[in-house]
Amino acid sequence: MNNLNMTNNETSPKELGQIALTKTVGNIYADDAKMSIRNANVFYGNKEHGEKQAIHNVSLDLAKNQVTALIGPSGCGKSTFLRCLNRMNDTIDICRITGKFTLDNNDIYAKDLDPVLLRARVGMVFQKPNPFPKSIYDNVAYGPRIHGLTNNKAELDEVVETSLKKAGLFNEVKDRLKDPGTGLSGGQQQRLCIARTIAVSPEVILMDEPASALDPIATAIIEELIDELKEKYTIAIVTHSMQQAARVSQHTAYFHLGKLVEMGKTEDIFTRPSHKLTENYITGRFG
Amino acid sequence: MTTSKHTTPPSGFTTRLHLDKHISRRFNAELEQVRSLVMDMGALVEQQVNDGLSALLNADLDLAEQVIIRDATVNAMELEIDEYCTQILARRQPAASDLRLIVSIIKSITDLERMGDEAVKFGKNAIKLAKGNFAEEEGARPLVELKHLGKHVSKTLHDALMAYEQMDVDMAIEIIKNDNIIDEEFDNISRLLVTKMMENPREIKNALRVTWCARALERIGDHTTNLCEYIIYLVEGKDVRHATIEQIKAKIKS
Repeated sequence: MNNLNMTNNETSPKELGQIALTKTVGNIYADDAKMSIRNANVFYGNKEHGEKQAIHNVSLDLAKNQVTALIGPSGCGKSTFLRCLNRMNDTIDICRITGKFTLDNNDIYAKDLDPVLLRARVGMVFQKPNPFPKSIYDNVAYGPRIHGLTNNKAELDEVVETSLKKAGLFNEVKDRLKDPGTGLSGGQQQRLCIARTIAVSPEVILMDEPASALDPIATAIIEELIDELKEKYTIAIVTHSMQQAARVSQHTAYFHLGKLVEMGKTEDIFTRPSHKLTENYITGRFG
Repeated sequence: MTTSKHTTPPSGFTTRLHLDKHISRRFNAELEQVRSLVMDMGALVEQQVNDGLSALLNADLDLAEQVIIRDATVNAMELEIDEYCTQILARRQPAASDLRLIVSIIKSITDLERMGDEAVKFGKNAIKLAKGNFAEEEGARPLVELKHLGKHVSKTLHDALMAYEQMDVDMAIEIIKNDNIIDEEFDNISRLLVTKMMENPREIKNALRVTWCARALERIGDHTTNLCEYIIYLVEGKDVRHATIEQIKAKIKS
């Protein structure tokens, strides 16, 4: 049950880091994997000034049409890992990534693959809502326009409307589509960003703390939305809120000091985690 | 909220479940408080069962009255612990072992309260039997049998509460395994009493009263088994209700 032979939770964090080098506990595999990651390592810095490893040998699957939550304390590498999944880390010069990342069994780090097109297939929603300083309509229309997904105004109108509907925002903004997106409330802005992500018909949506800047009502609306979105998309969500992970996800992965300590069904992780570190984290204990 | 009278130092319960290791010291204190309230309730129920039995076997009417009156305290403790657990669920949203702790405490106190109700039956029947002059003549033999079963059940309850206090899974399994002994003894007493009733129809009323007491003992045995199942659930995270002893062992290993 406990591969890492933790005997108590008095062990210092430094020791824990060394112990956790061994295998991930639980089940990292999905029957129907949309994305598969094997032996992912991420390094920051360069050889001259010293390189720091942020992710250690992480392997996991994202199950198709399900929500996978990545949880763990600050600095555990969950966001770094998430950003690898649509090559957002490419934009950081000092970041080096090894391992195998596949989307529908195709290598997403293949030389001939355009990261911009990858990001249309693997969309991302960030912690702070970041609408463009444009109208609500243009925010959603931006992606379809640059990717040339529509042929005429009528088609574009329809994409904007359905995206806003899927994001559960349409009824609130249908009379003011020309108003600036930045004028909306925080929760509405976040749903606008989700609509913008959906507009280019992605297959996977990555969410990095999508509700942490929102009040409980706006959070509940976003969580409800995530539940609906999983019918069409595969979702990975990074969250600091354990309750949120428990509410929205079907699979949970616990990261600690850059390692994937445990992964399993959400129902098991929150009632009977196998690893002491997971237990300590989700119950708010030391260690 | 009354403060617990439980004075023993942090037990196996606390250390085994790491109840004192939360970042929030107030949460540690809350869990410790609910733990000791449950242990207090367990001790009170054990006393009720023992006093009820003693009242029954010795035709002690005063003690019987006391047991009946004291049941109100058992009931009040159930409500208090229930409320405490509800507060913890609402305010702390416990997970993993903390969640299992609260869930199993909520279940445990239901069983404890019902054991308290069974103890009251001893008290009530003690009074009725004493008035029927049962203890002295006809009833001597069944009461001896009852005494034997009572001793056994009382010991089992005591052991279960010890196992609870220490979160001792091995002991819990042992107690579950031995529950069939109680069931067999209950069957023996029932048979004996049926014979009594056939031999002497005038004693049917009293013999039935003794049967009900034996039945109460058997029920206490069942509730004790439930407590042991919650211990296993709490420590191992495995739900072992309605399972045979072999299945329980297999589940724990899996």
